[in-house]
Amino acid sequence: MIETKTLTCVACPKGCEVTVEYEGDEIIEIKGNACPQGQSYAEEEIVAPTRILPTTIRVKNGALPLCPVKTTKQIPLENMFEAMQIIGKKEIEAPVKMGEVLIENILDTGADIVATRDMPKETY
Amino acid sequence: MLNLKKDLVVIGGGPAGLAAAKKAYDEGIEDVMILERDFEPGGILPQCIHNGFGLHYFKEELTGPEYAQRFINDVKERNIEIKLDTMVLDVTKDRKVYAMNKKEGFLEIEAGAVVLAMGCRERTAGAIGIPGTRPAGVITAGTAQRYTNIEGFVPGDEVIILGSGDIGLIMARRMKLEGADVKAVCELLPYTGGLTRNVVQCLEDYDIPLMLNHTVTAIKGEGRLEAVEISEVDENLKPIPETAKTIKADTLLLSVGLIPENELSKKADVALDDRTGGPIVNEGRETNIEGIFACGNVLHVHDLVDWVTEESQIAGAHAAKYIKNNFEKTGKCAEVKAGENVRYVIPQKIELEAGDRKRIPLYMRVSTPLTAVDINLYADGEKLYSFSEPFAKPGEMISVPLAQKTLDDLDDLSEIKVDIIEKEGE
Repeated sequence: MIETKTLTCVACPKGCEVTVEYEGDEIIEIKGNACPQGQSYAEEEIVAPTRILPTTIRVKNGALPLCPVKTTKQIPLENMFEAMQIIGKKEIEAPVKMGEVLIENILDTGADIVATRDMPKETY
Repeated sequence: MLNLKKDLVVIGGGPAGLAAAKKAYDEGIEDVMILERDFEPGGILPQCIHNGFGLHYFKEELTGPEYAQRFINDVKERNIEIKLDTMVLDVTKDRKVYAMNKKEGFLEIEAGAVVLAMGCRERTAGAIGIPGTRPAGVITAGTAQRYTNIEGFVPGDEVIILGSGDIGLIMARRMKLEGADVKAVCELLPYTGGLTRNVVQCLEDYDIPLMLNHTVTAIKGEGRLEAVEISEVDENLKPIPETAKTIKADTLLLSVGLIPENELSKKADVALDDRTGGPIVNEGRETNIEGIFACGNVLHVHDLVDWVTEESQIAGAHAAKYIKNNFEKTGKCAEVKAGENVRYVIPQKIELEAGDRKRIPLYMRVSTPLTAVDINLYADGEKLYSFSEPFAKPGEMISVPLAQKTLDDLDDLSEIKVDIIEKEGE
């Protein structure tokens, strides 16, 4: 059965309304996108949506109790809660530098969890 | 009291202050001091841990802390002085800045120029007057963001969010991911106040309902919030009593608007614009008080930090010019007016010598959502040019470049006007 879905492209803040015609996993037509990013976004959204996961990780002896982190690339949307569980169990030790890998290849997605800021040691 | 003298004093070490200080430094003003009340620079960005920053300015997608870290590193590399844990108490119109901190006590700083970059704050429950009791658990979305992302505790289990501004949408997803039951986002208006991408990635991805034309009509609970009454509103935004329903919740987050924080500006007699809540500025972001500039959310509330950076560089560059005595006014002043469907335009006036600039970006917001629009620029009533956009949303800022060449061709210009109008028949 041929289906039609209207998506809002989130590749950039412009937010194009992209209309996709598809049958199962097969894309028939994509309309409304202002750039090629919209095309690949729409394809992915139908077949297997992925997202960057930004969250926090607990820090021992840090200037703050948490350090913000993210996945180095998009991971499947359906894996979000499982990834949160793994990150929630981990505690790291300050200091940390932005970009430092804290968890490798989370859930075999090929994405690492990296720090998104410098986290210095606690100062008294 | 400690007396200091600085070429440039920047009040606020968030994205606006950091970018303005960096730009002024790069334009030859090395004697710069940033005053920041928090224990570290970065402003609100360190708690905005989500991605989506920097797409315009860096052409890559960053999180808030990463965006801040880049500017913090830039400012460090230049050895620009930042006084942390320092509260500014007063600014005078002859550019004396009074501040204090624990280590040095009371400071008086004579500044060659001042950049106001204090940012904004959230509208609170008190400001919108929700009926009912006053239990714990009713907090602004930004406060919840700070608790969750910086201090390390999630402020509730059953959450309702009032207002679909970006912080509200972001916190809906964040609390859901942290295990809370996020029951709904209520929006009084028939459209969301946030970016479309946030509606998709924060609500649709996690099946969180967005209830448009709905508002909170009562808060219930003793000690802690127990439930929230939600009602649909009619076309005049008045609640319809028979639609009222009570939803169990221990937390109500408010994302109902941001207010530029201009208490210091007022002390320096800086004139404010009623529509933006921020100073009235010329294209160099200079206020009505000579040598006092403003940029970022203290000037007007931005949708994207990328525009804050762009604007703060303008302010920093012009503050540097002013300090070097290289800052000429033409003696003429053209007002920039918001026409039909335009809520405001920044800058509000154009009065500087062109120098080497090629264009002046005009930032604006529409007052209502529109589709298939023509954006028209007029000079003293004559159409300068127009261009089309597929849509215009109140939540998303529009930038319209005004070419210097166009201005050069106009003698005795007294008014630039912009209107944004839906095309007929579409």
